Amino acid sequence: MKIKQISVFLENRKGRLYEICSLLGEAGINIRALTIAETETFGVLRMVVDKPAQAAELFRKHHVTVNQTDVVAVEVPDTPGGLANVLKILSDQNVNVEYMYGFVKKFSEKALLVFRFDDPARAHQVLMAAGVTVIGEKDITGL
Amino acid sequence: MDIRFWNQEIETLAQKDLRQLQLTRLRELVGYAMKTPFYHKRLKKAGISSPEDIQDLEDLQKIPFTVKDDLRQAFPKGLLAVDMEQVVRIHSSSGTTGIPTVIYYTAKDLDRWTDLLARGIVATGAGPADVFQNMMSYGLFTGGLGLHYGAERVGLTVIPVGGGNTQRQLQLMRDFKTSVLHITPSYLLHIHQRMPEFRISPADLNLKKAWMGAEPHSENTRLKLQELYGIDIYNSYGLSEMNGPGVAFECAYKKDLHVWEDGYIIEIIDPATGKVLPEGQEGEVIFTNLIRHAMPLLRYRTRDLAFLHPEPCPCGRTGRRMSRITGRTDDMMIINGVNVFPSQIEEILMSIPEVGNNYQIHLTRKEGLDRLAVKVEIYSKLFTGDLSQLDALKAKINDKLRASITINSRIELHEPGALPAFEGKAKRVVDERDKL
Repeated sequence: MKIKQISVFLENRKGRLYEICSLLGEAGINIRALTIAETETFGVLRMVVDKPAQAAELFRKHHVTVNQTDVVAVEVPDTPGGLANVLKILSDQNVNVEYMYGFVKKFSEKALLVFRFDDPARAHQVLMAAGVTVIGEKDITGL
Repeated sequence: MDIRFWNQEIETLAQKDLRQLQLTRLRELVGYAMKTPFYHKRLKKAGISSPEDIQDLEDLQKIPFTVKDDLRQAFPKGLLAVDMEQVVRIHSSSGTTGIPTVIYYTAKDLDRWTDLLARGIVATGAGPADVFQNMMSYGLFTGGLGLHYGAERVGLTVIPVGGGNTQRQLQLMRDFKTSVLHITPSYLLHIHQRMPEFRISPADLNLKKAWMGAEPHSENTRLKLQELYGIDIYNSYGLSEMNGPGVAFECAYKKDLHVWEDGYIIEIIDPATGKVLPEGQEGEVIFTNLIRHAMPLLRYRTRDLAFLHPEPCPCGRTGRRMSRITGRTDDMMIINGVNVFPSQIEEILMSIPEVGNNYQIHLTRKEGLDRLAVKVEIYSKLFTGDLSQLDALKAKINDKLRASITINSRIELHEPGALPAFEGKAKRVVDERDKL
């Protein structure tokens, strides 16, 4: 079960992140998880939102450089070792993680982790087989 | 003032005799030019079908100008006037907009050129007792080899180190008691700034003079560098189309550069109309190379701006003095001594699919060295969302640029629409370097 991540190219300019986020806010799109990968002069903003298709369309309309990427989101207990357990499963099965980020859900005992894999289909299979809860598009929308 | 000559007879030849010598050599040159496919056609069109059609020096003006693009169009051999068997050396540009310009020399051409360099060297007072550290690049660039052979001819001890590696340069200066340098102003400044790092001061060295070229610089820069090092600095001017360095050199008076007029005919024109300007007026410098037969060039447009001093120099040389270069008629940039056109950078950028439409070239100077930053917009449709893709793109742009212009640049990626668009009066080159 893959979900769509929205990646936005961000140049290093004052107020740019605000502009991007306020576009989403005005359109009533909610950010579920977010990370910024940055270098000296630019960054890539990656996020999981409740309405990814709508967000991508909105960004394109505003000439924001955007791309949709398949990622896998899993739910783990928000306890020490929660992430390590998932990583062990993946490591044992030789599934490569390109990058990942996480966030804690409101009013819940669980944490949500977003993974980018070079082979998302196999990663999904491995996680499901190990009994890890993989979050689907519908779950994200409803979060 | 200690005035020395390498060839006093020629260097002080009366104006009248100098013009007669120019005419004889020009006729000879036209004979060689007629042998090249390029000039054969061009001279015929101008009504010149043999050297006899040149009656006096005024007739030179019947010949159309030759421009850099002509050299590219004639690549590789359209301007070659002799058999390849007679060619003993090739120099070449880095390949402006893809096609390089190539210069051919016979053994005699090199001999004549070397002699002009010997004159310049002696005019600055250098001689066999000097140890000369040549810090200009060797190789396809003419700056290194040109002065190298000139200095050997005069009998200086030559250290052929080439450019770069400041620590080693300083070590050589100290070990061999270097007395003369050939260097760009920016590198000379850079070395001074780094001296404390190696616990060396100019007082520890035996430096007496430097020949400075390849980059335009002001009189203030010369004065400042002279003071920093406690040496005499002489300007040198040249370009590979006119063989290389040593087209004009300063004498002991350091009041602008004597053109070796038996070797080159200099004209100053209005770049807009092409009309020859009266002596003393600033305009574009045009050279006819009288001493190279392998590859004749007639009335070559240098795109450099300068003027000629009408009054004679107290040193007694009759070759008129040209001013230092005051500007360019095109958009050529000089980055750490390397000539770069914005069009070269544009061509590379536009060959990369992930690069968008707009770019900007930023020039700054840090610790005496020029820094080139190239800002480009990324092409949205090819954005994958991966940071590694963007890093790879930066590396790819830098690699491709370096292969073309031989300079490392800092690549900045921007969002589409972030840089000024080309339409209108967008500035593609932002030069924030202090005037040297």
